[in-house]
Amino acid sequence: MAEPLHTLGAAELGRRLASRDLTSRALAEALLARAASRRELGAFNSLDADDLLRQADAADARRAGGRSLGPLDGIPVAIKDNIAVRGQPLTCSSRMLAGYVSPYDSAVAERLRAAGALLMGRLNMDEFAMGSSTETSATGLARNPWDPARTPGGSSGGSAACLASGQAPLALGSDTGGSIRQPASHCGLVGLKPTYGLVSRHGLVAFASSLDQIGPMARSVEDCELLLAALAGPDARDMTCLAADARAPRVLPADRKPRLGVPRALLEGVAPGVRKAFDDALGVYRAEGCELVDVDLPSAALAVPAYYVVATAEASSNLARYDGIRYGHRAARDGDIVALMSQSRAEGFGAEVKRRILLGTFVLSAGFADAYYGKALAARARIREEYLGALARVDALATPTVPSSAFRLGEKAADPLQMYLEDLFTIPANLAGLPALSVPSGLDGALPVGLHLVGPPLGEGLLLGLARRLERATGLAHRVAQP
Amino acid sequence: MSNPREAWEVVIGLEVHVQLRTAAKVFSPAPWGFGAEPNSHIDPVSLGLPGSLPVVNLAALEQAIRLGLAVDAEIPEVCAWDRKNYFYPDNPKNYQLTQMARPVVVGGSVEIELPGASRNVMGEHRRVRLHHAHLEEDVGKLSHAAGGSLVDYNRAGVPLLEIVTEPDLRSAAEAEAFLRALHALVTQAGISDADMEKGQLRCDANVSLRRPGAPRGTRTETKNLNSISGVRAAIEAEVVRQARELEAGRPVVQETRGWNAEAGRGYVLRDKEDAQDYRYFPDPDIPPVAIDRARVERLRAGLPERPFDRQRRYLADLGLPYTAASVLVADLALALWFEEAVAAHPANPVGIANLVANDLLRELAASAQPGEAAPPAPAGLAGCKVRPAALAELVRLTDAGAISKQQAREVLAEMFLTGQAPAAIVGARGLAQNSDAGELERVVREVVADPAFAKSLAEFRAGNAKAINALKGPIMKRTQGKANPALVDEILRRVLS
Repeated sequence: MAEPLHTLGAAELGRRLASRDLTSRALAEALLARAASRRELGAFNSLDADDLLRQADAADARRAGGRSLGPLDGIPVAIKDNIAVRGQPLTCSSRMLAGYVSPYDSAVAERLRAAGALLMGRLNMDEFAMGSSTETSATGLARNPWDPARTPGGSSGGSAACLASGQAPLALGSDTGGSIRQPASHCGLVGLKPTYGLVSRHGLVAFASSLDQIGPMARSVEDCELLLAALAGPDARDMTCLAADARAPRVLPADRKPRLGVPRALLEGVAPGVRKAFDDALGVYRAEGCELVDVDLPSAALAVPAYYVVATAEASSNLARYDGIRYGHRAARDGDIVALMSQSRAEGFGAEVKRRILLGTFVLSAGFADAYYGKALAARARIREEYLGALARVDALATPTVPSSAFRLGEKAADPLQMYLEDLFTIPANLAGLPALSVPSGLDGALPVGLHLVGPPLGEGLLLGLARRLERATGLAHRVAQP
Repeated sequence: MSNPREAWEVVIGLEVHVQLRTAAKVFSPAPWGFGAEPNSHIDPVSLGLPGSLPVVNLAALEQAIRLGLAVDAEIPEVCAWDRKNYFYPDNPKNYQLTQMARPVVVGGSVEIELPGASRNVMGEHRRVRLHHAHLEEDVGKLSHAAGGSLVDYNRAGVPLLEIVTEPDLRSAAEAEAFLRALHALVTQAGISDADMEKGQLRCDANVSLRRPGAPRGTRTETKNLNSISGVRAAIEAEVVRQARELEAGRPVVQETRGWNAEAGRGYVLRDKEDAQDYRYFPDPDIPPVAIDRARVERLRAGLPERPFDRQRRYLADLGLPYTAASVLVADLALALWFEEAVAAHPANPVGIANLVANDLLRELAASAQPGEAAPPAPAGLAGCKVRPAALAELVRLTDAGAISKQQAREVLAEMFLTGQAPAAIVGARGLAQNSDAGELERVVREVVADPAFAKSLAEFRAGNAKAINALKGPIMKRTQGKANPALVDEILRRVLS
């Protein structure tokens, strides 16, 4: 029996579309059917089937006319609900933006359209990307396709659930402290957070502007690379996006074996099943002839506290615009303007978002800014320096992506500090602006576990090359959870 | 004992907000302009829509740099933007992008001219130091209507340069002189249209009092003064109010005040306890911008001569009287028009200046449409039928004695209406001056012999030198005003001697 379409990767689908063994419409219909049958996973906030089919027909027409736009033409890419697509809802899984429709395309949406990709649906997420389990979503839980009683991770939990259950071959996530890599790890996917500035943030709803990056998620390294190529590029509408002449990629040196740095001091507290998968992955690299080097990253311990100061400070300001005046949720209340804005925000935001706004407001307040925000910036600078120093000696830094595999829904919801530790290994790459990815390294029982690799600036290709070696050895690509 | 009010020293610092002249907003490509349909000059950035990002408009940054260069300020290697966080519905993101830590203009000074002893006498020139100037975004406009409040975001994101002075000003008159000088500087350089009625130039005034030599007193800030007379009146009222407080033994309270122009009264907006915590931090969306030195030098080279530099040149090099020079330098288009005329006839800049500053401006003012502000010199000049070279030719004809100064004025009026060359008008009207010595002597002798003027003749001969003028009138009359006045004078004195 032929493999069902929903289990195929993007590269393979592209080959079938190119050879006319498949139409984009047939693919879209198959994925819509799959999504309908896996609705209980809560992957999508909304999915406009008519719009997807129109895009598919247009792609088929292009191909029939000999005007194919390339390897992604006709292939659906599911979009996280914090990335603007013209005419589609943009809710960030928040009551605050319920019913809000974006009047413009994000830069990545434009780039995907230019590549012929079909922009598919609006993926569930933690509210305003604040969370590590998709439990803070106001639109409902997302579930892990490998065990629906568990979290798919977050904040890009909808993206991960969608991919791992075969509802789309590719998905966009966004990553501020691990929001692509942690769900990728929990759902057995490849997820990459690019170098800060590689992908335009124009049209990405800001959580913490200096940390946010959009990135690709897929079921194989090859597919992840394919999607990254479509996303990356200069954009004059985002001043933090790298200029065309500042994008020379870092590659593995040809004259020697790759060197992997392992910060062993950070590995305490890693769950045994995760530790075993990590050691196995290191074994693969050693067998491949890679050199494993112990590295010391003493400031890594500062990363989580520094992150929760910097990210919440920026978030408190970024989310100030949601006041019910111009768009979004407005409280049904007459009276003075201050009360209207307060009440709209009180009703529109969930508990985690409020917690972070309050924390961020506090750390920027007069009398406290030096002690908190100022110190956090200093810690951030030190972490970046330390990581760049280590990456001058090794090609990439390896850790598990998350200290443990996917937890049960509700298990950590009452304990924000425990939740924040989910991002222990992923946060430094955001603080330092470095590229990082998660690639499946093994299984902890039935649950996937990822290896985390951090590379030098613009070292995406280098990281994907290393990930491909592990993927070949583990065979953990293109896995779709049953049913 | 002297009036104690005279013993107070007044200390004033101004914060002047100037909307920069650009086609697009400061952080987005949306156009802007005064008087458009509400919420028509908007885009995702101006509205703070989710996912929108600011991009610095380099044209706005260049205008800010040009202001800096025009006031001899330092233009730092790098400038950067900070977020000023506060909630208000006219503020689309609920934070304002401004430059708290690294402004684009540092230091500098503005030359001002204080009022002279009379209109015709130049007052003292002085330099008022600037602390800095920073480039920020304007906010929208909130208006309260029956049934609710309305917000217009057209103004949100308009480039605003906030120019902050040192506390160098000592009176309301000096504050007024500063604003006039700044206005001339920015409008002539095309940095801003600075139309106060359109809110393109707005002013906050910080005022405190002290006894001479004493440390500076507690200051108040009066916000949003939108006319020069308002600035003057608000400062004068605030000085009186603070003096009364201090003389009554009450301390001045640090507070933010408003000004009710109709009532001519200030009022408390908020006191120090209500001071907001703006939670400034560097904007993560805009990396610090490096300012290219070559670009700065290009901008410097493109600046026009400053009004007071031009005034000095007109007085010293061209020998113009103060009033004419001041009228000409007040308007760049007029000054350049004048200089073009002088280039065509360099022998008599004073004659040209007098015709331009008095007669041409009067014609322009008289021709303004009813209801228009007069004189509309810059706009009027562009369509004026008199060209600088033609006016220069007119002065040349006068200097050569071909026509009198009085005739020159009449010719100019005709030129203004028809655009004809001065020589053609002189010819067509037969205005050429009569310098025929024989004919003039005949007329002179007629008048001297006329008994109607015997009295004047007798007075002159009795030693009243001025009585001779009474004889010139009839001579001019009998020559239809064409007699060359210098020649008449010469012949008359010869005949009478």
